Amino acid sequence: MSESIIPESELEEVELYHPKSWWTEKVFSQDAKLIAIQYGLTAFAIGFVALVLSWFMRIQIAFPEMAIISEGTYYQFITMHGMIMVVYLLTALFLGAFGNYLIPLMVGARDMVFPYLNMVSYWTYLVAVLVLFVSFFTPGGPTGAGWTLYPPQAILGGTPGQETGIVLMLVSLCIFIVGFTMGGLNYVITVLQARTRGMTLMRMPLTVWGIFTATVLALFAFPALFVSAVMMLFDKLLMTSFFMPALVEFGENLSYGGGSPILFQHLFWFFGHPEVYIVALPAFGIVSDLISIHARKNIFGFRMMVWAIVGIGALSFIVWAHHMYVSGMNPYFGFFFATTTLIIAVPTALKVYNWILTLWKGNIHLTIPMLFCLGFIVTFLNGGLTGLFLGNVIVDVPLSDTYFVVAHFHMVMGIAPVLVILGAIYHWYPLITGKMLHDGMGRFHFWITFVGSYLIYFPMHYLGFIGVPRRYYEMGQTEALYTSSAADLNVFITIAALAVGFAQLVFIYNVFWSAKNGKVAEKNPWKSTSLEWQTPEQPPIHGNFGKELPVVYRWAYDYSVPGAEDDFIPQDVPNEKVKLAEGYTELGVEKT
Amino acid sequence: MVPFILLILIIGSVLFHLYTPWYSTPIASNWGSIDSTIELTFWMTGIVYILVLGFMTYCVIKFKNTKNRKADYEPESKKAEVILTVLTTIGVAGLLAPGLIVWDDYVSPPEEAMPIEAMGQQWYWNFRLPGEDGILGTTDARNISADNPFGMNENDPNGKDDILIEGDTLHLEHDKPVKFLLRSIDVLHNFYVPQFRAKMDLVPGMVTFYWIKPTVTGNYEILCAELCGVGHHAMRGEVQVDNTNDYQDWLNDQLTFEAIQEQAMLDREEKLAFNKSN
Repeated sequence: MSESIIPESELEEVELYHPKSWWTEKVFSQDAKLIAIQYGLTAFAIGFVALVLSWFMRIQIAFPEMAIISEGTYYQFITMHGMIMVVYLLTALFLGAFGNYLIPLMVGARDMVFPYLNMVSYWTYLVAVLVLFVSFFTPGGPTGAGWTLYPPQAILGGTPGQETGIVLMLVSLCIFIVGFTMGGLNYVITVLQARTRGMTLMRMPLTVWGIFTATVLALFAFPALFVSAVMMLFDKLLMTSFFMPALVEFGENLSYGGGSPILFQHLFWFFGHPEVYIVALPAFGIVSDLISIHARKNIFGFRMMVWAIVGIGALSFIVWAHHMYVSGMNPYFGFFFATTTLIIAVPTALKVYNWILTLWKGNIHLTIPMLFCLGFIVTFLNGGLTGLFLGNVIVDVPLSDTYFVVAHFHMVMGIAPVLVILGAIYHWYPLITGKMLHDGMGRFHFWITFVGSYLIYFPMHYLGFIGVPRRYYEMGQTEALYTSSAADLNVFITIAALAVGFAQLVFIYNVFWSAKNGKVAEKNPWKSTSLEWQTPEQPPIHGNFGKELPVVYRWAYDYSVPGAEDDFIPQDVPNEKVKLAEGYTELGVEKT
Repeated sequence: MVPFILLILIIGSVLFHLYTPWYSTPIASNWGSIDSTIELTFWMTGIVYILVLGFMTYCVIKFKNTKNRKADYEPESKKAEVILTVLTTIGVAGLLAPGLIVWDDYVSPPEEAMPIEAMGQQWYWNFRLPGEDGILGTTDARNISADNPFGMNENDPNGKDDILIEGDTLHLEHDKPVKFLLRSIDVLHNFYVPQFRAKMDLVPGMVTFYWIKPTVTGNYEILCAELCGVGHHAMRGEVQVDNTNDYQDWLNDQLTFEAIQEQAMLDREEKLAFNKSN
């Protein structure tokens, strides 16, 4: 892309906070890079708990006669698995970890604009995680209300964890949102205010665009969850009736009356649907960059990609009730929400086309990050297309609340974003640690994870076609639909799930082993153009860039530019400093 | 190896779909149109799946890095983007339009549909038929007691002849449309019979509905399809679709609200008399 005049800096640089002690340097750090790692490790630790819960659930589903866990425990595990994965792992990882590490480096800033607030954001998140974790050890255990926490069930006696588990869950969510808001404002304002000279919005890498837009969504969406959590706490502790109509609990008339359970669902999904994109948009951004870098080709249709991210983000606020087609809401909502939902498929499909058109006529290096990108395209496409089933209101009717839904959302917002996260870790690990992850272990990890996940979730859709409902502790004798072959399929899925789980242990081992024993990474090992790889030191130190902040002369996608000797031109290299290939007088101009 | 595995995945997925033993149960209601919409969606999305992944695999084979390979530099192509946008929009509209038509049908019960109440509570199903007047009496969760588990409004004359079925099989008449009125007295439930294809949540504090016309006689299982506590998976019920004669026989054996009340009164008097005589 053509050069433009670089503006003078309007403000003097402000000196960063420099830590004075070991505690302020290594623990209560205000450096976004260390905060990112703290976020990442915490998210992975609690995410691992959720992974282990899923093993118990899968064993229970495949071998109900073993009764490895009780009914109550099963419902507690599905609830905690879901909530941890969606909020405490994926959201925290994409925004807290990747956002913190990459935003300042990629826009050419020394740190986030509010480093102290950034630190408080992480410690608040840690408190939220601990409160959630403590609920495992309280009387009655954690809540078993399902991750959607639908009242009245969530706070009544028929649901496990209604003593303290549900209260701790709601309190933890509130704390999480407070922590996130501090971090989130930081990410947004850093992108808007602290970009280096020449880094126009349209020169930002799509990774930053994805994280930025997702953060804006989260700042609008999380308040809806916050108020619904507070109101439900009132209903539980103060016997108010925001969500509670007159009802009977095991033969006993309760004093509630006049509230609306469906109101909760609207509030929950007003948060919950944008939440899907809070996870998906950073993944879209990161995968765009990884594909471009590892295929040595500019991302196809960059401007379209930016507008698609922004458009999807905006549309994501008017599709929420597609989670509620059979909730009993006014059926005429179905027409509106089915239409908006299917409209959102158009920009999403364009993104998929553009990823593949980036591969077209590229120079595809099948590195581990690229493998994860290919895996992402397969699973995301699969999950996106099954979204066309569930989004189309009438098709949702038979499939809603069956295993089809479980398979769909795991494919599209579980596996697909996780494949991006893993690819991104293989990609940026050399920057963060200065070492390369072990290649053999990495390839083993990729293939088991990708093929294994596909084998879990692809056939699972068909259990949904039969009509097997989700959230069933056991199917029991239901010969008409749950035949012995369907039970066998569940055994197969469980085996695949355990294999995928095992591969994650290999990955964890690789992360720790390579930090010590890995091959030392050369500078900018993937030959990337974006600023995070152009720092004087690798890994970058406090303050990120040397004495002078970099100046940006081009977009982040100058790969394989005709006339350039190398197949990439970093963003901070002006045209006159580009080494020309033989036979060229200027970039793009051949000698005549 | 990478394209090879991708190809196996694509071909395997298609073969799995064609030969799977796990697919919808034989339909037993009028909602064949829902099945057709699913079939249409399968065809459209399946073709897109094969084309997109096939093209991706082709790219991985054709444009794999070799020593002297250099990628093209082509920032964007308006033409390609416009064509793809238009095609996708047409495809999406092609799915949406028939879907909305069937949905319109789904939310518009025919006039002649008989109202039947399905009432959920942790963790079983109760049913109420309108009786001879064809009208269901009013209810209120606050009226619920051991003697009045349905919460019937005792002053409502329409409720006197309502037929109450507590925790037992519901019978439906073959080929006669029914409008299910769904009510819960405690938490959310969902009235779902896979063979009917239809479902809807039961929400305490309000009445929801859907309609079907049973088309095949037989016995079907009701599966609760909305998490309702630890007993959720065990909240099953039965629907029996009968021909007209069997249905009438069954109906004649059922008790109305009034009869049940009288019976309860008699029981109480008997008990009182029994206590006195001792």
